[in-house]
Amino acid sequence: MSEEKQQVSRRQFLNYTLTGVGGFMAAGLLISPIRMAIDPVLKPSSAGEYANVGLAVEDITTEPQRVDWKIDQVDGWYESKVSKSAWVFKDDNDEIMALSPTCTHLGCVVSWEGNDDHPNQFYCPCHDGRYYKDGTNIEGTPPTRPLDLYDHKVENGMLYLGKANVRGEA
Amino acid sequence: MLQKIYDWIDERIDITPIWRDIADHEVPEHVNPAHHFSAFVYCFGGLTFFVVVIQILSGMFLTMYYVPDIENAWKSVYYLQTEVAHGQIVRGMHHWGASVVVVMLLLHTLRVFFQGSYKKPRELNWMVGVLLFFVMLGLGFTGYLLPWDNKAYFATQVGLEIAEQVPFIGDQLKTLLAGDSEIVGAQTLTRFFAIHVFFLPGALFALMAVHFILIRRQGISGPL
Repeated sequence: MSEEKQQVSRRQFLNYTLTGVGGFMAAGLLISPIRMAIDPVLKPSSAGEYANVGLAVEDITTEPQRVDWKIDQVDGWYESKVSKSAWVFKDDNDEIMALSPTCTHLGCVVSWEGNDDHPNQFYCPCHDGRYYKDGTNIEGTPPTRPLDLYDHKVENGMLYLGKANVRGEA
Repeated sequence: MLQKIYDWIDERIDITPIWRDIADHEVPEHVNPAHHFSAFVYCFGGLTFFVVVIQILSGMFLTMYYVPDIENAWKSVYYLQTEVAHGQIVRGMHHWGASVVVVMLLLHTLRVFFQGSYKKPRELNWMVGVLLFFVMLGLGFTGYLLPWDNKAYFATQVGLEIAEQVPFIGDQLKTLLAGDSEIVGAQTLTRFFAIHVFFLPGALFALMAVHFILIRRQGISGPL
């Protein structure tokens, strides 16, 4: 900063005021449209809702079985039923596990013992991706992480499933 | 920083003369409200343009939510109005702006008319202005149908019957607008949407360009 008095020239003053007023008007004009455009990002996600998948807990065995259920999906002004599925079984600690059937490689659908050459494994037919029973991807096959795991809870002896969560590499 | 970017570009492609051509022009004393307050009447054209800019911007954002389909048009507008933050404001801007733009256009036209600014050599620009007025009314008419509520539907019904009164080609004209000779429905809505967001804005931009270029070439008309 120099000690001498900084003179604001008439032209500078006009430039500043006009830019300021113009910027204020542009901001006033754009603030609502932009807030509206980014609304989907700021909306809270509808996670945490559980759906009854129509499977009694006593029917869950150590053998993975496929369950299919439908959820009500609200997509803006469009409401529809969307199919979901999971592979459900009890692990060695008698804990219920519900695995998402979506292959973590490129999103095909895996099935339990889907290939006769690989018993006791989940198999993806698209690129021969394989997973152990607990959903862990088998080294050397295309998937890079384990199958997603559904949140689950038990109510009145029935199984309820929530959101499928990504698990880190086991 | 900005100065450096500007200099870098300017050194290569010499843009200074381009914006100088646009920005540097004489503003005569008789159109400057700071000298004569009554000169505010010269602002109506600029205000019309300003509102048109609001219409373009708000309209662009509205199409993020709007669907031109008879099943979903009303639902999407309702969703926008009730569920989306600031959706009501943006639609309000477009809704009220549509009326304000016609008012401004009218005031601008009255100023030009009563000051005789349309006289030689500016007759051509008057004609372009009249075309702009019609395009704007067309935008208002086609936009009115898009929410697909009762008011929109019956207003369009009436509008189409007015088009039908045109001698000789009335029937064909109505069918062309409605997309069907009898039904005001799915095809009418998509047609009006296309006209509202593509065809008429295209015409509007072209005519506005001509309008402004002519003003620059001919200058503002002299004092009364």
